[in-house]
Amino acid sequence: MKRTVFPNRWLPYLLVLPQMLVTIAFFFWPAGKSLYLSVFKSPPFGGRDVFIGLDNFVALLTDRDYYDSVLNSFVFAAGVTGLSVVGGLLIAVLANQKIRGLAFYRTALLWPYGIAPAVAGIIFLFIFHPAYGILPYFLSFVTTYEFNWLLKGWVAMALVILATSWTHLGYNIAFFLAGLQAIPTSVMEAANVDGAGAVRKFTAIIVPLISPVTFYLVVVNMVFAFFNSFGVIHAVTHGGPGNATEIMVFKLWKDGFVGLNLGSSAAQSVILMAVVIGLTMLQFRFAEKKVTY
Amino acid sequence: MSDARTTTTVVTAGAVAAPRMATARVATAELERQRRRPDWGNLLVHLALAACVAVLAFPLYYAFVISTQAIDEVIQKPPRLLPSTHMVENYVEAWRRSGMARLLVNSAIVAIGVAVGKIAISMLSAFAIVYFRFRGAGLVFWSIFLTLMLPIPVRILPTYEVVGNLGWLNTYAGLTVPLMASATATFLFRQFYLTIPNELAEAAQLDGAGPLRFLWSFLLPLSWANIAALFVVLFIYGWNEYFWPLLITNTEEMRTVVIGLERLIPRSGTELPTWNLIMAGAMMALLPPVAVILFMQRWFVKGLIESEK
Repeated sequence: MKRTVFPNRWLPYLLVLPQMLVTIAFFFWPAGKSLYLSVFKSPPFGGRDVFIGLDNFVALLTDRDYYDSVLNSFVFAAGVTGLSVVGGLLIAVLANQKIRGLAFYRTALLWPYGIAPAVAGIIFLFIFHPAYGILPYFLSFVTTYEFNWLLKGWVAMALVILATSWTHLGYNIAFFLAGLQAIPTSVMEAANVDGAGAVRKFTAIIVPLISPVTFYLVVVNMVFAFFNSFGVIHAVTHGGPGNATEIMVFKLWKDGFVGLNLGSSAAQSVILMAVVIGLTMLQFRFAEKKVTY
Repeated sequence: MSDARTTTTVVTAGAVAAPRMATARVATAELERQRRRPDWGNLLVHLALAACVAVLAFPLYYAFVISTQAIDEVIQKPPRLLPSTHMVENYVEAWRRSGMARLLVNSAIVAIGVAVGKIAISMLSAFAIVYFRFRGAGLVFWSIFLTLMLPIPVRILPTYEVVGNLGWLNTYAGLTVPLMASATATFLFRQFYLTIPNELAEAAQLDGAGPLRFLWSFLLPLSWANIAALFVVLFIYGWNEYFWPLLITNTEEMRTVVIGLERLIPRSGTELPTWNLIMAGAMMALLPPVAVILFMQRWFVKGLIESEK
């Protein structure tokens, strides 16, 4: 399609200038600098950078703590994604049952998305509080297990996963509802006429037809869990107990800004960059297929 | 509404099964009977959804309850799940102790600044890409696209350094400008401009309107729905941003509310944990973005779904 264009030689450059300035100054230059720093050793308090090749990466890949943070990141991301995508789909299917009040339910399920993960974490911190929290209190009736997130790493992990999923569930519900409403009513009616039960309709029709949305949400939730979850960790557990909830982003911050190990921090940035590029590629590969359904 | 749907169902069922009218008639009768029966299935769906809503609302309710209790009520066993009478004094004390007024003002400035800035620069660059033919347009488009792959954590240290060199540490500019480049907003405006009929730009040109006039008097009024939708989503994003404000602010006066709240939590064992005040602070920090979602939910859902495509 040929579009009408305005004949002007310099105006378009002026129009893209603000965006390009911000992009170059705060995206490309820093990303390039991260790549550069990752292969140099820079003294934190000035002095010349020394080229050390892949030493920063080798040091990371031989570091037990780094593997722990990678594993923690995957456990955290899988927990958040699993809980909020599966939960989101089930709730969205319920809300899509042609009942009255869909708009009300959507709002009533969506509002936690406005709560910052860090603030959600603080609320869950008290729910999980070993001495006063309501959850350990009720669990003490059914088990003598000491449900203390300050001592047990997996309890701390459950805490941050639940808090993050709480804020993110509504996002997934909104997308699933939009996807479910795009399923042609004739398909569901045909299934009704064929006498398909609720479970069969779910597994044979809804799940396959909604799969592009599901895939998209899995990727987005993974990205969110990997890159936007610094707040909940910092505000609640500080990576503890031990390093049980130290995810990659938190370790990057700790090594760079607390430990002032710039080279290692930059190398961690580069590895995270590879992760996000992989996830984004995955998302766009699938976005092309989405058009055909 | 449900009646209209049932009618369609009947019609479709009839059309599909046309050669076997008997089957179709049985199906129709069956559907008719289902419609008249008091619908227990619907009731169950409502109950299940209400349970979901209650589970999701519980943490907020619990935080609110704690924020209204005196500290001895907070730590009593069994836990008290009903609001108490100390709400006003707790909120006043939390407000005072955390410097809440300043925190909320800072968060509002950051959230509105990021939202307005992103929308403005994205509109301009999308306008340039769609309505001009210029050397390097492809390069501009791809460089905007690539920002999707560079979230804050992967460029954090050098970005901090750039902001420091600009003298922007601990300033509103430092808090907002580095968050402003947005590929998603640019793409949203680009998609939207592409749906606007060519004739509009032709007519504007015939009338002697220049490009800026066209942007201001034609495109902007058409874009309000998109702007509102993006604004809500970006406001929430800016309000809840944690990593960046934590790094580049170093005085109480410049903290945003999600950062300031963390400082109400006692980290040493000797401090008295004032959980009622912490929860009062949490309620004040989460109220503005949640209210924005509730009151602008139509825009919010539109923005969420369209900007992420």
